[in-house]
Amino acid sequence: MQDQLVIAGKAYNSRLLVGTGKYRDFEQTAQALDASGCDIVTVAIRRVNLGQNAGEPNLLDFLPQNRYTLLPNTAGCYSAEDAIRTLRLARELLDDHRLVKLEVLGDSGNLFPNVKETLKAAEVLVAEGFDVMVYTSDDPIIARELEQIGCCAIMPLASLIGSGMGILNPWNLKLIIEQSSVPVLVDAGVGTASDAAIAMELGCDGVLMNTAIAAAGNPVLMAHAMKLAVEAGRAAYCAERMPKRFYSAVPSSPSEGVISSRKP
Amino acid sequence: MQLRINGEVKEFAALATVAELVQALELVGKRVAVELNGEIVPRSQHGLAALADGDELEIVVAVGGG
Repeated sequence: MQDQLVIAGKAYNSRLLVGTGKYRDFEQTAQALDASGCDIVTVAIRRVNLGQNAGEPNLLDFLPQNRYTLLPNTAGCYSAEDAIRTLRLARELLDDHRLVKLEVLGDSGNLFPNVKETLKAAEVLVAEGFDVMVYTSDDPIIARELEQIGCCAIMPLASLIGSGMGILNPWNLKLIIEQSSVPVLVDAGVGTASDAAIAMELGCDGVLMNTAIAAAGNPVLMAHAMKLAVEAGRAAYCAERMPKRFYSAVPSSPSEGVISSRKP
Repeated sequence: MQLRINGEVKEFAALATVAELVQALELVGKRVAVELNGEIVPRSQHGLAALADGDELEIVVAVGGG
């Protein structure tokens, strides 16, 4: 049986979404993406360097578009207006591409999202026909409002962008997962494979990460680890873990027929 | 003529259209998107979008990012 991630009506085999920033070079980017098994990759939109040499390599040349679904983001935008403009440019750049990642930041130090501007931008973008995957705080009330606006995926942070601090508030994530009828993906904060597995065991539909892979000592190997972690976490979630029994050990082996007659 | 491109004022010999500017910047064939005075100019319209002195343009590419 196929267990696919469906976003805005399209099915994806991988539940791991990977960013393309901060790798050593485009070759390493391509190798890490390949090892991660991801289907969706994020890209940023930036002003072209004027006067640079014409032969400079372009990221898009390293991302076969028949293999990856590109997810242009609004990283670095601090207002709804800038985010909307950026994604309109992305739509033009990527030939009427609709699937986007909206993030509107509120602080250049902690990169926390500005949820007021995020809500504003989401309304405009949804009305313009974009399929909006939205980065947000782990506030279930804001998450619900973003879903009501029509965002196609809710992507709460697990901890600060690029921090690698892991899943800091599984309780809030669980609230968002339980109330949402669109996919919920952890976006930001994953540091290592166990973090991704925990996110998936909580019931997240997917995980989006960049720095955890790109800043690892061996990014390609970490990409592979993340692939396994997301798959393992998803399988564990679907398998429905045993209940925790606090201070109540239960032996796995039979209690009868033990050769010693002594009881504690 | 003067154009403000990506926030920088640049001097050009007379350029009639966005397509001519793309050529002058050696961006022909590159994956770029162009905004002229706040409005997107679709690639198919580059040859028709007229430029005037003082126009403001944004020209963007996709780069690595999360």
